[in-house]
Amino acid sequence: MTETEEREGTRPIRVLIGKPGLDGHDRGAKVVARALRDAGMEVIYTGLHQTPEEIVEAALQEDVDVVGLSILSGAHLTLVPAVIELLHAQNMEEVVVVVGGIIPDEDAEELRKLGVKAVFGPGTETDEIVRFTRASVGRA
Amino acid sequence: MSLGAEVLRGDRRALARALTLVESDPHAADEIIAEIYPETGRGIVVGVTGAPGVGKSTLVDRLAGQFLARGRKVGILAVDPSSPFTGGALLGDRVRMEGRGSDVFMRSLASRGHLGGLARATPRAIQLLQAFGKDLILLETVGAGQSEVDVMGFADTTIVVVVPGLGDDVQAFKAGILEIGDIFVVNKSDRPGADQTMRELRQMLHLGPHRAWLPPVLAAQAQQDVGISEIADAILQHSDVRLTDPEQQERRLQEAERLVRDALAEQLVRRVVSRSQTDGSWRDVLTAVAERRLDPAGAAKALHLDLD
Repeated sequence: MTETEEREGTRPIRVLIGKPGLDGHDRGAKVVARALRDAGMEVIYTGLHQTPEEIVEAALQEDVDVVGLSILSGAHLTLVPAVIELLHAQNMEEVVVVVGGIIPDEDAEELRKLGVKAVFGPGTETDEIVRFTRASVGRA
Repeated sequence: MSLGAEVLRGDRRALARALTLVESDPHAADEIIAEIYPETGRGIVVGVTGAPGVGKSTLVDRLAGQFLARGRKVGILAVDPSSPFTGGALLGDRVRMEGRGSDVFMRSLASRGHLGGLARATPRAIQLLQAFGKDLILLETVGAGQSEVDVMGFADTTIVVVVPGLGDDVQAFKAGILEIGDIFVVNKSDRPGADQTMRELRQMLHLGPHRAWLPPVLAAQAQQDVGISEIADAILQHSDVRLTDPEQQERRLQEAERLVRDALAEQLVRRVVSRSQTDGSWRDVLTAVAERRLDPAGAAKALHLDLD
């Protein structure tokens, strides 16, 4: 089988990178988006200042495997639970939720209890994020 | 309930899943399409094409808002290129979209190696959105400039977006792009040179072959929502003209022919390749071609000789 045909029959991992809330810093989100793309994934970037409702609606329409939330505003304990609740309301529990940004350790623990699969702080290697994403979705 | 039935019932999640299926597994998708096909082909498909950075996404977003306000059910398909090296893609068209909640269903499609400015799944994705109930579909192509003429085959109305001052205008309006446009939009029309660009475009269109529909050249500033209503009007006018066009029936047959030819090509390739892989001849033939012992067309012929 040729490479194009092989690719056709498989389904690339689809990831939505969302920036909920008011902070306007999306360098980290863009770096991660680029790294995941370079790892062969299809990455949907939503842009800044999205509400949890907008992020979940986009995740639904784009049928993504993973939602990555980038939050630097400190509002993660409000925004992340809102996204998770809305995902559940749409029966999208199987979507893997990860969070990146500046998150204190005790808050990261709290987020994991809510169902967040990973919290990536500053200095995380993009390779690690790629590896984790593949492992958590179970596809290359 | 089958996935196709759920799409017909208007289930957004089912639509999203069906779109994934037509993108990734053409074989499984055949079943869904067979189920929904009677409910497709309605409404208007508007293609939006143009070079990168001319404002296609913003224009698509504003047109979506405009048609929503006019009571249309709007769907958006936005195609972005996949990397030829990794197969990955960065789908960024949502950045330009205003949040319209669940009123507008938008799907980003990666081109996945398909040339011509669209994704291979495009016709099926359009059919799914139509079966779901969308009657105005905006189809945004990859920004390329001169070759993404595929859009014409799938869209009822093709909008070509340009901006003023793209250097040598004659160069920018080369063959192809000038011929596929049913409506031309000069976006960012507050920039210097907009009048000249519009004038030159109009002149070139007048020089072209005489058609029942002379494509209008419209000014817009999509970012500021200027000129959008006029573009929407032109889309509806073009749609009316098409519907009363005596050649309409002929065009429908041409479209059907294209779809059947594509399906036939896909099915025959699948059959011949999978058979040759099973009996082991596939790799031998590829090797022979790679070593220049056999030419590609001769190889293909050898693989399907028994079909004669």
